[in-house]
Amino acid sequence: MANLLEIAGRETLSQLDYVGSLNIQLWATLRGMRAALPLVGNRHRWRAAVHQMLEIGVDALPMVALMAVCSGFILAMQGASELRRFGALHYVIDLVAVGFTRELGPLLTAIAVSGRSGSAFAAEIGTMKVTEEIDALKVMAFEPVEFVLAPKYLAALVAVPCLSIVAAFFGILAGGLFMFFSTHLGLLLYLRYVLTSIELRDVVAAMIKSLAFATIIAHVGCLEGLRVRGGPDAVGRSTTSAVVRSTFLVIVADAIFTTIFYFVGKA
Amino acid sequence: MSIISVRDLAVEYDGRRVLDGLNLDIEPGQITVLLGGSGSGKSTLLRQILGLEHPKSGSVSIKGTDITRCSQADLNKVRRSLGVAFQSAALFNSLSLEDNVALTLREHTALAPSIIDLIVWMKLAVVGLADFGKLHPQELSGGMKKRAAVARALAMDPEILVLDEPSAGLDPIVAAELDELILFLKGTFQITALVVTHELDSAFRIADRIAMLFDGRLLAVGTKDEIRANQHPRVRQFLDRVPGSPVHMPALASYLERYVQSKEAKP
Repeated sequence: MANLLEIAGRETLSQLDYVGSLNIQLWATLRGMRAALPLVGNRHRWRAAVHQMLEIGVDALPMVALMAVCSGFILAMQGASELRRFGALHYVIDLVAVGFTRELGPLLTAIAVSGRSGSAFAAEIGTMKVTEEIDALKVMAFEPVEFVLAPKYLAALVAVPCLSIVAAFFGILAGGLFMFFSTHLGLLLYLRYVLTSIELRDVVAAMIKSLAFATIIAHVGCLEGLRVRGGPDAVGRSTTSAVVRSTFLVIVADAIFTTIFYFVGKA
Repeated sequence: MSIISVRDLAVEYDGRRVLDGLNLDIEPGQITVLLGGSGSGKSTLLRQILGLEHPKSGSVSIKGTDITRCSQADLNKVRRSLGVAFQSAALFNSLSLEDNVALTLREHTALAPSIIDLIVWMKLAVVGLADFGKLHPQELSGGMKKRAAVARALAMDPEILVLDEPSAGLDPIVAAELDELILFLKGTFQITALVVTHELDSAFRIADRIAMLFDGRLLAVGTKDEIRANQHPRVRQFLDRVPGSPVHMPALASYLERYVQSKEAKP
C-alpha cells in the first residue's frame, strides 16, 4: 500500500513538474517572441523564423494536401453510403465542408506537423543540449529561449493555420470530386453550396484551434528537447515523447474546444 | 588583483557535495591550469565560473562582478569578456565554420559585414583553419574542431579564454600543436587563460600556475615547480601516475562466490 502511494506521489510530482515546466517555458518564450517579429525584433531571429516557416509549412504541404484529399474522399464516401439511404446525399456537401473547416483541417494538419516538426524540434534542441551547443549559446551571451525557441514558436503560429486552410481546401475539393463522379454535380455549383454551408464562426473556430495546436506542438517539442539529459539515446526518447505527448494534447485540446464551441453555438 | 575570484564555493547535486568550500584566484595575463582526475570537480567548477549553474553557497567574481548574484544583463556583460571552447567543441552544426566564428560579431556588434569577414578570416588563420571556413563542423577532424572552437572563442577578443579539456582525445602531435597555440595566444594577445585538463604533459607545458583539484577540494595551487615539489600524497599519486584503488583479488573472489551461491539458492 505504502509502495502504491509512493508510486502515485512520485508520478503526480513528475506530472506537476512537467506542467510547471510547460508554463515557465511558455511565459519565457512569449517574452522572447518579440525578438523574432519583423521590424520590431532582431532581423537574424526573423530570418530564422522564416526559415522555420518554410520547413514547417511549405515542406509539409504535399503531405498535408495528400492526407486531406484521402480523408476528404473517405468522409464523403462514408457519409454518402449512409445518407443515400435517406435520400439526403446532398448533405454530404455540408458534412465535408463543415467537417473539414471546423475539425479535420486543423486536426489533420496538427497531427502531420506534430509528426514532422514537433519531433524535429525535440531532436534538434535535444542534440544541441547533448553537444553543449545550448551552453555555448549561454556563454556567448545569447538567450537560448530567444535564439532557438522563439523563431520556432512564431513559425508554428504562422504555418499551422496556413496549412489548416490548405488541408480544408483539399479535403473539400476531394468531396467535390466524389460528388462529381457519383452525382455529376458540377464543381462550381458544389463550391457554391460549400460557401453557403460554411459560416464565419466555423472559420474563426478553425483558426483558434489551429493556433492552439501550433502552440502545443512547438511547446511540447521544444520542452522535450530541453529536458534531454544524457546521450544520443535520450534524444531518441525525447523525439518519441514529443510526438506522443503533442498528439495526445492536440486531441485533448480539440475535444475541449469542440465542446466549448458546441455550447457557445447553441447559446 | 585577480580577474576571477572563487570564494567558499560549495556545489551539491542531489545532496551529494561535488565542490566543498573552494577558494581560487586567477591572475590576469596568466595561464592557469585546473588539473585533476575524472570526477574531481573540474568541469563543475568550470560551469560555475561560466555562470551555467548556481552554487549552494559561495561566490564567483569575474572582473569584480559576483556572477552568482548579479542580474542576467550583468551576467551577459561579463560573458562578453569570456571566450569559451568546450570539450566537445560545441560548434553549431547547422552553420559553417565562418558563420560559427562570425555569430557573436554579427549579433553583438555593429561592424560592417566586410569587417566581420576580415576578422573571421584572421581568427581562423590564427588557428590554422583559414582555408576551411566554408566547411561545416561535421566535415572536420577532432583536432580541427577543437581549433575551430578556439577561433570562435577568440572572435570577440575576450579578456579571458576558457578551454575545457582542449587536448582530450587528440593524438600527441595535434595536442602539442594546441598547446603551442595557447602559448602563442598568451604571448601575442596577453590573454588570461583558464585551461581545464587532466593531461600532465600539456598542463606542465602551458601553465603559469596550476590548481589541483581532488574530490571537490583544492589540494594545491602554485607554479609548475611548486606543484612538482608538492609532497601531498594525492598530488604525488596523480603526478607519479600511481593507481588509486587496485582491484583487490581476494575481495573480488569472495564477492563472486557469494553471488554464485545466491543464484544457486534460488529455485
